[in-house]
Amino acid sequence: MLHTIRNSYMRMLAITTKEIKQLSRDRITFAMVIMIPLIQLLLFGYAINTDVRAIPVAIVDQSDSAAGRWIVEAIKVTQVVDIKNHFTTAEQAQAAIRRGDIKAALILPPTLTAKMANNEPIGQWIVDGSDTMIAGAIKQLKNMSLNDIMPSISSTQSRFEVSLFYNPEQRSAVNIVPGLIAVILTMTMVLFTSSAIVRERERGNLELLITTPIKPLELMIGKILPYIVIGLVQMTIILGLGNLIFAVPINGAICHLLLGTLLFITASLTLGLIISTIAKTQLQAMQMTIFILLPTILLSGFITPLEAMPTAAQWIAEILPGTHFMRVIRAIVLKGATLMDLIDDIIWLVGFTLIGLGVAAKRFNKRLD
Amino acid sequence: MNHTTDPQWVIKADNLTKRFGDFIAVESLNLYVPKGHIYGFLGPNGCGKSTTIRMLTGLLTPSEGNINVMGLAIPKQAEALRHKIGYMTQKFSLYDDLTVKENLQFIGRIYGIDAQECKKRIDQLQSTYKLNQYQHQLAGTLSGGQRQRLALACACLNQPKLLFLDEPTSAVDPQNRRDFWEQLFDLSEQGTSILVTTHYMDEAERCHKIAIMEKGTIKADDTPKTLMDNINAHVVEITTTDLRQLKQALSTLAEIQSAAQLGHRLRVLVSKHINDPICWVMHQCQLHHRPLQQQDIRLVTANLEDVFVSHTGQNPNLHKQEG
Repeated sequence: MLHTIRNSYMRMLAITTKEIKQLSRDRITFAMVIMIPLIQLLLFGYAINTDVRAIPVAIVDQSDSAAGRWIVEAIKVTQVVDIKNHFTTAEQAQAAIRRGDIKAALILPPTLTAKMANNEPIGQWIVDGSDTMIAGAIKQLKNMSLNDIMPSISSTQSRFEVSLFYNPEQRSAVNIVPGLIAVILTMTMVLFTSSAIVRERERGNLELLITTPIKPLELMIGKILPYIVIGLVQMTIILGLGNLIFAVPINGAICHLLLGTLLFITASLTLGLIISTIAKTQLQAMQMTIFILLPTILLSGFITPLEAMPTAAQWIAEILPGTHFMRVIRAIVLKGATLMDLIDDIIWLVGFTLIGLGVAAKRFNKRLD
Repeated sequence: MNHTTDPQWVIKADNLTKRFGDFIAVESLNLYVPKGHIYGFLGPNGCGKSTTIRMLTGLLTPSEGNINVMGLAIPKQAEALRHKIGYMTQKFSLYDDLTVKENLQFIGRIYGIDAQECKKRIDQLQSTYKLNQYQHQLAGTLSGGQRQRLALACACLNQPKLLFLDEPTSAVDPQNRRDFWEQLFDLSEQGTSILVTTHYMDEAERCHKIAIMEKGTIKADDTPKTLMDNINAHVVEITTTDLRQLKQALSTLAEIQSAAQLGHRLRVLVSKHINDPICWVMHQCQLHHRPLQQQDIRLVTANLEDVFVSHTGQNPNLHKQEG
């Protein structure tokens, strides 16, 4: 009995050691381990942002009043728009929008001062509505500029004060960075393991492996062990830099964070292993990984809230380990939740891993037919 | 073949058949490999050699037939067999991105060999197979001969009593092939039984016993010498000009099993039932308006290639691309 356990341990160790040595020699993969979280973090943190800046606009100020100039200055200060041009008529501005020179124009009518006194809408934004992000930004701008201007001119405009202006940049990063852990771990963990066994098959190593006494489960576990460490390293990079660069708070306990992530990593790895027992080539493994990755990005609540999706989409989303982890990681990082608070998601991840490992080991046949 | 003379068979296979859909890869194959022998499978690529080896090692489930390897029923007891055999695949199947030593260590751990013992065996194998100077080199950067020595060393690490070698020398130069066979004889001397497939005649001739395979069946099996002595044809060599036309003319005759050009000579296999092959061939040439002189034609002893051709009607080396 002891002998069997020792041999089993030796075989797993053999696979793990080999895998680590191969990884350390595979510069590209090694670079991916570090670069994917790094680049994605910066991309999602900075570039992919709901806070749109420097939209090219034009001003049509027909009022020629002090209030008009105030408003224009206030808009400039927001940095949301970049004033490219001044026109005298609305038609000129419309033509410029059609040409694509500008995305929007602010028209301040000659009766500006009177409208302000009468508590009427003071001006009009004409916006290129084809890009909803820009339209949304301008819509917000309308409220903001009015709120900034009105109190100094007229106290009767208090109805605009309902809008709370959080910092849009900070908010998206706070939500995105923990979610990014789920996306990046799905991407790298599933990809690495799904190609792991397929690569052995492609390079002909598998024919040798299956003539040795190694058992399928030992091969599977030995293969995923190194990637668990890699997954934890990636999580540390994302959260560490997210905290440093984007000031994402880490409110939860580190041990809950680690354990929760560990569960998700093993779930993703087993998913990769299942793929690797189905795919015949590394290209197929890659395609199947994307098949898993896309729903994880789109449906897991990373970009849009789960609640906003149709029921069928939610149902699909609940199958993906990424969705459960998205909830777990956000709750732990942002709300300081414990694993006990999230027990349903935790049970799902554990169950997924155990069943997945069983399926992969069963599917991995030590035969060629 | 008389099975009672040596009861010590390492491999016994009866009526072995493997079908892939409609394609019959191996058909009703009977195979008995005696202990301590180097047993060769000779045949062109795609004739079912690898399929047979894979069935014998339990990697493929036979469609029909019984296999017993080292007293174990295969494929049922294939897992138990894994500890007892060494297997060298046709394609190099060790890790290109591990060094020679790391590959050996990996295999050692997989077989659960004790660390001390493993180290000793690795050192020993590295010196036996002249791998010492390359031990820290990545396997992917080795030459064909070095790779194949490494593969053999790995297959022997577990000290198996039975070795399966699937075309072990297909990417190796003649000198390395000779060395490789010396090593096989050393192993054989130490009591290891070896089943080796090849499409090289010179290699087949070195085996204690060979089976000539074609299209999934064994056409003949015996010692190379017996096979050559008992060839079912006269071997006639003709030295003349216009060999191409002569070959074409002779090939159409039913009594001619084969005609193959070797430089300035034409090697012709004539059916055994022709009593005087020299006379007969000269007569045939006369009929085709290509008269021969007596000194242009002579009977020669058969080699293994002649045996192969007489059994299969083809030259194995001409069909390398089929597999």
